Amino acid sequence: MRADGEALLEVRDLVKHYPLTRGILFKKQTGAVHAVDGVSFELRRGETLGIVGESGCGKSTVAKMLVHLERPTAGHIRYKGEDITRLSGRALKAVRRNIQMVFQDPYTSLNPRMTVGDIIGEPFDIHPEVAPKGDRRRKVRELLDVVGLNPEYINRYPHQFSGGQRQRIGIARGLALNPEIIICDEPVSALDVSVQAQVVNLLARLQQQFELSYVFIAHDLSVVRHISDRVAVMYLGKLAEVGTDVQIYDHPTHPYTQALLSAVPVPDPRARSERILLAGDVPSPAHPPSGCRFRTRCWKAQPKCTAEVPPLEIPEWFREPGGPAAHVSACHFAEERSVVPNETGA
Amino acid sequence: MTADEQPATLLDVRDLHVEFRTRDGVAKAVGGVSYTVEAGQTLAVLGESGSGKSVTAQAVMGILDSPPGFVTGGEVLFRGRDLLRMGEEQRRRVRGAELAMIFQDALSSLNPVMTVGAQLGEMFEVHQGMSRKDARARAVQLMERVRIPAAADRVRDYPHQFSGGMRQRIMIAMALALEPDLIIADEPTTALDVTVQAQVMDLLAELQREFNMGLILITHDLGVVADVADKIAVMYAGRIVETAPVHDLYAAPAHPYTRGLLASIPRLDRKGRELYAIKGLPPNLTDIPSGCPFNPRCPRARDICRTDRPPLFTVAPGRASACHFWKETLDEG
Ligand SMILES: Nc1ncnc2c1ncn2[C@@H]1O[C@H](COP(=O)(O)OP(=O)(O)OP(=O)(O)O)[C@@H](O)[C@H]1O
Ligand SMILES: Nc1ncnc2c1ncn2[C@@H]1O[C@H](COP(=O)(O)OP(=O)(O)O)[C@@H](O)[C@H]1O
Ligand code: SF4
Ligand code: SF4
Ligand SMILES: [Mg+2]
Ligand SMILES: [Mg+2]
Repeated sequence: MRADGEALLEVRDLVKHYPLTRGILFKKQTGAVHAVDGVSFELRRGETLGIVGESGCGKSTVAKMLVHLERPTAGHIRYKGEDITRLSGRALKAVRRNIQMVFQDPYTSLNPRMTVGDIIGEPFDIHPEVAPKGDRRRKVRELLDVVGLNPEYINRYPHQFSGGQRQRIGIARGLALNPEIIICDEPVSALDVSVQAQVVNLLARLQQQFELSYVFIAHDLSVVRHISDRVAVMYLGKLAEVGTDVQIYDHPTHPYTQALLSAVPVPDPRARSERILLAGDVPSPAHPPSGCRFRTRCWKAQPKCTAEVPPLEIPEWFREPGGPAAHVSACHFAEERSVVPNETGA
Repeated sequence: MTADEQPATLLDVRDLHVEFRTRDGVAKAVGGVSYTVEAGQTLAVLGESGSGKSVTAQAVMGILDSPPGFVTGGEVLFRGRDLLRMGEEQRRRVRGAELAMIFQDALSSLNPVMTVGAQLGEMFEVHQGMSRKDARARAVQLMERVRIPAAADRVRDYPHQFSGGMRQRIMIAMALALEPDLIIADEPTTALDVTVQAQVMDLLAELQREFNMGLILITHDLGVVADVADKIAVMYAGRIVETAPVHDLYAAPAHPYTRGLLASIPRLDRKGRELYAIKGLPPNLTDIPSGCPFNPRCPRARDICRTDRPPLFTVAPGRASACHFWKETLDEG
């Protein structure tokens, strides 16, 4: 996989606040859920950018803004240099065709009353130029074949498939319009390990075959390392740290990344490492802490962490020596710490 | 238990069979499962969804959904007494006081319209005849024990007012309330984030040590198991296909299914190439393949695998594998 291609997507200072209201007749805004609060990253052609973070940190909200299912409160999304945040009509339609999404839950994201053929062919209703009416069934059969399903299943309904097969159906629909980018929101989280491996391999193969770029959201850090070129770690609506898989997994410098990685149980009883147990829970995104959002759970927090928001940049003290620690990390006191246990098996 | 006593076998499940009689036919959800758990020991039951882990636990607890579920054979010996042959009243007394269960989904197993203090306290009122006031005080103690901050204030809160991790800790408190000898935890951390999972597992392990409880940990996560279990039973299509001390199983699996599972998980400590994937899907339990149930997916399958069902062969003391070719699989490392 190449990671040095042009930037296909550039996300700058993306914000999504959901208003909190009281009252039924006269709605009064009493506050806001800061679901996403200033997120910037880019996605290059042919690469996979992984996004990890705990439940509720804003991963899906980012995904939905990328595919225009949610409108950002502020910030920009540029696709090949053009700001698509405020596009509408025909121009928006053309862009949406190139940015598709695959959802987490293979049980609820497919309409139970539609046949597999109709589900996969649905995008053609909006974009008939991709597959003229008479050509649709052939296209759908082809797509079924591409994702490893029997083309004869075209008239079956979702309930007749297993979880892994349903996820393949979702992927086939995502591929239907020949997009350049696919946003995968927890595409394998609901699957068992043996089936998960099949779907991960399928996604990797399709990426090669169709030169796709992926944003891959998941909470399983091993899966994300396996599939991603670069990884962004998110906490409470903000990015904590972004880097290549080696930078993030082998040379993390942000305390949150370190705690997250150290908590992953690895399938090797001999691989012990020191686990960083975080105190307490993630604070409510309606009242995020001042300064560094992680400070309420951080064992290194200092007064500066309450007063100043740490910027997402390469810490000064890592710039000069360079090396794998020199990547962006939003911590006033970033330092390297090795936390991933070395597994012994082959 | 004093040091010179023999390790007490708490639970001895023998050749348990459970089937579901449904419109689509008879699903053999559990087809002859045997295992034992001793005081202070953790047995992990590992398997993919539908392999029969929860149904086995439900049959042991006596909370099987029946009909359509029926125990059609076997024994469940708890301290030597067969739970399956006990009256419901007697069984209810065992449940909670000696044998408790923690479920995956804490929110749906707690009563949404009762404060957590009332739910915890009720255990003491019903089982130990405590006064309401004393029971409430015990509830606060328990909540402190499972590290709920400001427990004295929070006993009056309802389940939905707690985070997922806190609810799971309250479930643990509830299971612990009567200091049972054995806890069955069915995917206790599956719905939780890794950081919260680490907190909950840490707590469970600590309490187990403190009370010298037996623990059955049901999970599909090979990582969680490696961390906490003493021994493992791997289930496939309603049967145990391999059972082993935890270190032995990870060092060298003796069953091709276990081997495939281990090979199919991506690693955290380095970037792999293509993942190994077990081909195909688990069987429909109304129509389990003859011979070895794993044969349609097994890279090692031979003719004998399609005709003869492999029994659990003893591989080493405390180790068994239901594979005709366990030796070859083991030698492969
Ligand atoms: N429509 C909405 N109205 C109000 N709040 C919302 C809405 N959608 C999401 N949120 C809130 O925004 C925050 C981020 O949610 P999001 O779904 O993006 O999280 P996530 O990182 O995808 O979590 P998960 O891992 O659980 O999928 C959460 O606090 C969530 O409750
Ligand atoms: N109430 C029920 N009615 C019918 N079938 C059931 C019921 N409960 C479980 N089963 C079936 O029994 C099998 C084993 O289920 P279970 O023990 O829950 O699996 P798991 O290993 O995921 O815990 C599955 O095929 C499941 O569909
Ligand atoms: S900025 Fe301060 S509180 Fe935030 S992660 Fe760094 S040390 Fe911890
Ligand atoms: S008995 Fe045969 S089919 Fe079954 S696991 Fe062993 S080799 Fe594979
Ligand atoms: Mg989400
Ligand atoms: Mg289950």
